[in-house]
Amino acid sequence: MNVVPKRTFAQKYHLKTVSWLVVFVVLIIVTADLTEVDFGMFFANFGQFLALLQQMMHPDWQFTHLVVAPILETIQMALIGTTIGTLVAIPFSVLAARNIVKNKFFRGLIRFILNLVRTLPDLMLAALFVAIVGIGPVAGVFTLAIFSFGMISKLFYEAIETIDEGPLEALEAAGANKVQLVVFAVIPQVFNYFVSYFLYTFEINVRASTVLGYLGAGGIGVYLQRSLDQFAYGQTAVIILGILIVVLVIDGLSNTLRERLL
Amino acid sequence: MQEKPLIEFQHVSKTYDNGTIGLNDINLSIPQGEFLVIVGLSGAGKSTLMRTINRMHEISSGDLIVDGESVVHLEGKDLRRLRRSIGMIFQNFNLVKRASVQRNVLSGRVGYYGTWKSTLGLFSKADKQKAIEALQRVGLGEKLYSRADELSGGQQQRVAIARAFMQDPKIILADEPIASLDPLTTESVMNDLKRLNQEFHITVIVNLHSVSLARRFADRIIGLRGGELVYDEPIDKVTEKDLDAIYQPVSLVKESEAQA
Amino acid sequence: MSGQITSHTGMSVKRYKWLFWLVIVVIIYIWGITGVHFTGIKDSAGEVSQSIISGIFHPDWAYVYDGSGEDLISLIFQTLAMAFLGTFISAILSVPFAFWAARNGKKRWHVRSTSGKLVLTLIRTFPEIVLAIMFIKAVGPGSFAGVLAVSIHSIGMLGKLFSESIENMDLGPSEAIMSSGGNRAQTLVFATLPTVLPEFLSYTLYRFEIAVRSASILGMVGAGGIGTPLLFAIQTRTWSRVGIILLGIIITVTLIDYVSGTLRKRLV
Repeated sequence: MNVVPKRTFAQKYHLKTVSWLVVFVVLIIVTADLTEVDFGMFFANFGQFLALLQQMMHPDWQFTHLVVAPILETIQMALIGTTIGTLVAIPFSVLAARNIVKNKFFRGLIRFILNLVRTLPDLMLAALFVAIVGIGPVAGVFTLAIFSFGMISKLFYEAIETIDEGPLEALEAAGANKVQLVVFAVIPQVFNYFVSYFLYTFEINVRASTVLGYLGAGGIGVYLQRSLDQFAYGQTAVIILGILIVVLVIDGLSNTLRERLL
Repeated sequence: MQEKPLIEFQHVSKTYDNGTIGLNDINLSIPQGEFLVIVGLSGAGKSTLMRTINRMHEISSGDLIVDGESVVHLEGKDLRRLRRSIGMIFQNFNLVKRASVQRNVLSGRVGYYGTWKSTLGLFSKADKQKAIEALQRVGLGEKLYSRADELSGGQQQRVAIARAFMQDPKIILADEPIASLDPLTTESVMNDLKRLNQEFHITVIVNLHSVSLARRFADRIIGLRGGELVYDEPIDKVTEKDLDAIYQPVSLVKESEAQA
Repeated sequence: MSGQITSHTGMSVKRYKWLFWLVIVVIIYIWGITGVHFTGIKDSAGEVSQSIISGIFHPDWAYVYDGSGEDLISLIFQTLAMAFLGTFISAILSVPFAFWAARNGKKRWHVRSTSGKLVLTLIRTFPEIVLAIMFIKAVGPGSFAGVLAVSIHSIGMLGKLFSESIENMDLGPSEAIMSSGGNRAQTLVFATLPTVLPEFLSYTLYRFEIAVRSASILGMVGAGGIGTPLLFAIQTRTWSRVGIILLGIIITVTLIDYVSGTLRKRLV
């Protein structure tokens, strides 16, 4: 007791830390090589970048009235997409909840599907749906529906799993079937969480929907792409400001509502 | 011969920004080598009093002299030199939980190093040896290379004591050092503090809730109530009744004063 | 009428409140639905969906590796590299932003922290693909532009998360170092950083997971990675190619999520 312990060789020279560090440095070098990092070029062409920024600093205000309608369309897309996604997510989240579905295999299968859906990036879905249903906001709605389905179902089943088991047992003891169980014991307990998560996902979808149009999936993104293609950066600036305002307003509203709910 | 006091409070008052009175006209002198215990209810100003000594709290008026020098207007380097000479022990240990015990103990030494040397971890061999000795002093030599959060609460507090010892302090301030500990470890932490006091003649000032511990370890007990110094006696004159009075709520005292 | 309502118990007020919200929600949805016309879906939609599904089940295995450097594996590695390097640069850049935006004390408004939070919100809202396009102007099309886009865009979220963990950090160790005579730099190195670093690391890993997803689509605007051939394959309707790329992305993202999740659990 009370003597300084002998350190092993590995401890003395912090082999673990050092090897993590080495791995990390190697990774940085390798990735920099893979991605052809060239800060020399970056700084050499920095002028062009600044010129572009400068153009963006002078928003083309005349463009403003043209932006309003597509921005509203974006919000509509987000709203409908999130709603469809949520409606589909509800049954899936119930089926993925540990305290409702006791069959481990079945639950695992549902979760596996949900995990797969969540790996798909939004713009990729947009590209696919534009190919399927054609250019326009419908492709955006489908994209956002799938995207929010993956996200919401996870948030929902986690919420369901945290509920108080008491009412569940009481109803089960009274001979309720699964559907009655969900309607009378689960939904009342999680309703506020569901609404809150819905709003949260809606916020994220509003952000996401603003760029979907870049690939033709409707909303303000269409104009974003057009202005960038035409090098009309003054217009790009107006669009980005518009997006910013909408996102801030939606975030603010949704946050206030969510704080009230929980 | 009356020794010159090490710490002297002269009409020290402290009012917080929100108007709460922390300290009210405190006059107090503490000689070198004393083991002083401060008792009082929560919110009586014990912590505030202690933290004015190393200027972790500013005072609103009055003067505070430490080692013959007024500390009220110290700044920058001078302030850090003052703090270097005062070790501090906290209720929640305040160790970096994910760092090793060694690094925690050595961090008590930062006041003696420049920015670069210390931040690069270039502590001298002598200081590393000193850290081992400090740790052995509190009986935790074998924990040198452990992570701080692997230790029990009592062990962590003793590491904190070793850290304070590394500062070569003249004074150790211990703010409720045992409030988060069980009775058994309480004993060893208090003993460690007492030993530093006796062997190195370090002035130790401790905030305590426990009256019985105060009576066992203190050379002198002072009591605070509502930011005022209401009691100050050497240990051989302290009686149970006095201490009970200190723990009366302020409202009760006010009532009895009003009646009288 | 209104007098009657107020004279009633709280129960009926509650009922009216409920009705009020219902009306608002209905109005919002009516407005929402008028904006999206579900007509105009291409007649070929069913057919195309079938082709896509058949493409996913009959992927173009030859594309997985052909040694050209333009195959699936090479481009997936490039995508991962973009995400890794971008997140790494972003994590470093985020630290000063986090200290800028972190509130100290309980004050809700503070010039420094409020301005910092505002800047982080601006960065977060600025669409990543627009950033990518801007960087393409500066460094030309390719994965370097993607790295830069990820680096800058991620600051918005990482800076926010970092600043929150600074706000919620245990101040005890900093107090201890300060009380033993440490200066600001020493307090930062001995107390603040070791306290928050594990959390920073965990958030960075989390952000890396997100960056892998976004890096896989940045190619759609020409910023390198697997996105470029994916968009090309969709536009040329080479569904077996789309299928194999989708598979590649799904497997990669799942694997990365798993590895990163395990590491994060060990950290905190």
